[in-house]
Amino acid sequence: MEKKVIFKGWALPLALLLPQLVITGIFFFWPAGQAVYQSFLREDAFGLSRQFVGFENFADVLSDPTWLDALWRTGFFSASVAFLALSVALFLAVQADKHIRGANAYKTLLIWPYAVAPAIAAVLWLFMFHPNIGLFGRMLNGMGIPWNYKLNGDQAMLLIILASAWKQVSYNFIFFLAGLQSIPRSVLEAAAIDGARPARRFWTVVFPLLSPTAFFLLVVNLVYAFFDTFGVIHALTQGGPGKATETLIYRVYTDGVMNLNLGSSAAQSVILMILVIALTMVQFRFIERKVHY
Amino acid sequence: MLRRTLGQAALAAAAAPLAAPALAQGGPVELQFWHGLAQPLGGILEGIANQFNESQRRFRIVSTFRGSYPETMVAAIAAFRAGTAPHIVQMFEVGTGTMMAAGRAIKPVHELLAETGVAINFDDYLPAVRGYYSLADGRMMAMPFNSSTAIVFYNKDMFRRAGLNPNEAPATWAELRAAATRLRAAGIEVPVTTAWPTWTQVEQFNAIHNTPLATLDNGFGGLNAELRVNNPVQVRHINTLMEMAREGTFRWGGRDGAGDAIFASGQAAIIFASSGARARFVREVPGGLANLGVAMLPYYNDVPGAPFNSIIGGAAFWAMNRGPNATRSADENRGIAEFYAFLAQPRIVAAWHTETGFLPVTRTAFEQVRATGFYTQNPGADIPIQQLLRGGGQMTGNTRGIRLGGFVEIRTIMQEEMERALQGQQTAQQAMDNSVQRGNVVLRNFERANRA
Repeated sequence: MEKKVIFKGWALPLALLLPQLVITGIFFFWPAGQAVYQSFLREDAFGLSRQFVGFENFADVLSDPTWLDALWRTGFFSASVAFLALSVALFLAVQADKHIRGANAYKTLLIWPYAVAPAIAAVLWLFMFHPNIGLFGRMLNGMGIPWNYKLNGDQAMLLIILASAWKQVSYNFIFFLAGLQSIPRSVLEAAAIDGARPARRFWTVVFPLLSPTAFFLLVVNLVYAFFDTFGVIHALTQGGPGKATETLIYRVYTDGVMNLNLGSSAAQSVILMILVIALTMVQFRFIERKVHY
Repeated sequence: MLRRTLGQAALAAAAAPLAAPALAQGGPVELQFWHGLAQPLGGILEGIANQFNESQRRFRIVSTFRGSYPETMVAAIAAFRAGTAPHIVQMFEVGTGTMMAAGRAIKPVHELLAETGVAINFDDYLPAVRGYYSLADGRMMAMPFNSSTAIVFYNKDMFRRAGLNPNEAPATWAELRAAATRLRAAGIEVPVTTAWPTWTQVEQFNAIHNTPLATLDNGFGGLNAELRVNNPVQVRHINTLMEMAREGTFRWGGRDGAGDAIFASGQAAIIFASSGARARFVREVPGGLANLGVAMLPYYNDVPGAPFNSIIGGAAFWAMNRGPNATRSADENRGIAEFYAFLAQPRIVAAWHTETGFLPVTRTAFEQVRATGFYTQNPGADIPIQQLLRGGGQMTGNTRGIRLGGFVEIRTIMQEEMERALQGQQTAQQAMDNSVQRGNVVLRNFERANRA
């Protein structure tokens, strides 16, 4: 049964909506509009001379081999982060769902990392894995494993994937745990009576019932890896060594803020904006229908 | 940070209409001054600004720390676009090319002095410093203040352990490699490392060997300069570093100033660093001042004429207009000029130099400090200035300095390519060729944006 409230006249609903609309307008539409406008311009750092160049900035970005490299790198990075964060969280959630002593303490501890800001999380990892001052970094070198993520691109990539995924495990854990707890006991018991072992019960009963949650989390994790890992990368590697850990979002920052190349940076932001819109549409299309909370 | 910016924007907006009446009532004219020096240097700098405030009553310098050099640069440029630029901003040497080309965003020193009648004797400034911040015809664009140069610091105790003479640092790269091999054999974890890798191993390196970093006298001759870091001497040197890295005698310390920490913690025996790092090393390196050796940059003795003078780094002060469509009042300009004249006094220059390890930027100050016996009590403190005068003080187009637009980005590019070379993904020649190719794109974009 749905309840409908009908306002008399326009003044009150408008007044109630206004704060939200103003905030969206000022903090989203205005800057986004500026980015779109700037992506068609080429100007000096101080904004003293500007020239309309049409789609030249976009053409430059899309034909720049280093940008295309960054695109593939971002794809690999995001997929790795999402896979790692989801699989670890699922494993932990399944374990936490069992009847174990101190389950509540265990759950609380697992949720904590989510409250840590990405930059601070990165600093924690820095202090662990820095080749010269990090505890594990020095230990690895001491054991004869040449660990130096400041110079080894693969190690740097591994480190930011681990740090980013670690940060996201807690979030996924909460959702998976909620998903597991909503699976009816009777279904599992029926499967058990039919002789299905735990592993088989998990893959044929639990996992399919969890799939809407997993799909929702996949999209959220991909968006996280695309856009929210700036702090981790900035604190740990600054996109280096070489360009080994430069993702698209980090590149927008370097080109715009550090290199003051606003036209190119704006064009890259617009491309990213199109990507987010596409991801959001996917989410609305498939997930709104399937997820049951 | 956003909140601080907004707050300041609001303050500046509120203060602007009030400034004129305030003066009529006899209050001081406030001058915003943004700098990029963390503690302890920032505190010493603000102390100097306070001395100026106490020395007169017409003007008041309001100092604000705006983060690292690049952050300060970005903040000042953003503020200018919003019409709330500071009166004076401290800009690191890498931003010089960008500021020179900034047109009406900046107020050149020579204009300030001509309009206000305040006099500063720039002939007294060291040629390397003066040349860096002046136009080809000698007119000064910025006010030099905290200039440094790259030098070698070494750990005397580690030299002793390796059986090397602790009072004599290697003068050439051949000697340095031999010393590094012995340090390595003596079990030193990091025989050689560097801070500011492109500054010490590319920019300074080309200057002391009189090889071109870029055409047109490293960009002093115009915006259409092209990089030349793939010259044979430079490629040979990158190759040396790659070989040393393979032998375990050279460790890449990370980009920008990151390498400092490896030496400060007592892990590295030799580091290439800014002379301004002296204060930190004296405090942090185990053994302190007695253990800290200072030497000039090594060179390849088969390169004709080497060593030439090194070039400067550090920062200078730039006067800015308030925004794209706003200039300063005559009073504000007068205040900036008088602050500059205050900074040029020998006692201020000398105090800054002895407290921090930055260069004494004027000859008079240098002579004053020498007369006090400071250099005999602090051996090595005069190495930077001697190195700047090396080669008989005859500067060439390659040793005058660097004036390239977008140089912050070019530095990043060179660091990326060096990192890839040291990982073994490309040869020294490829690394430098790629640097030239990618760096030239930056130079052409800058030329185009600033010519339109």
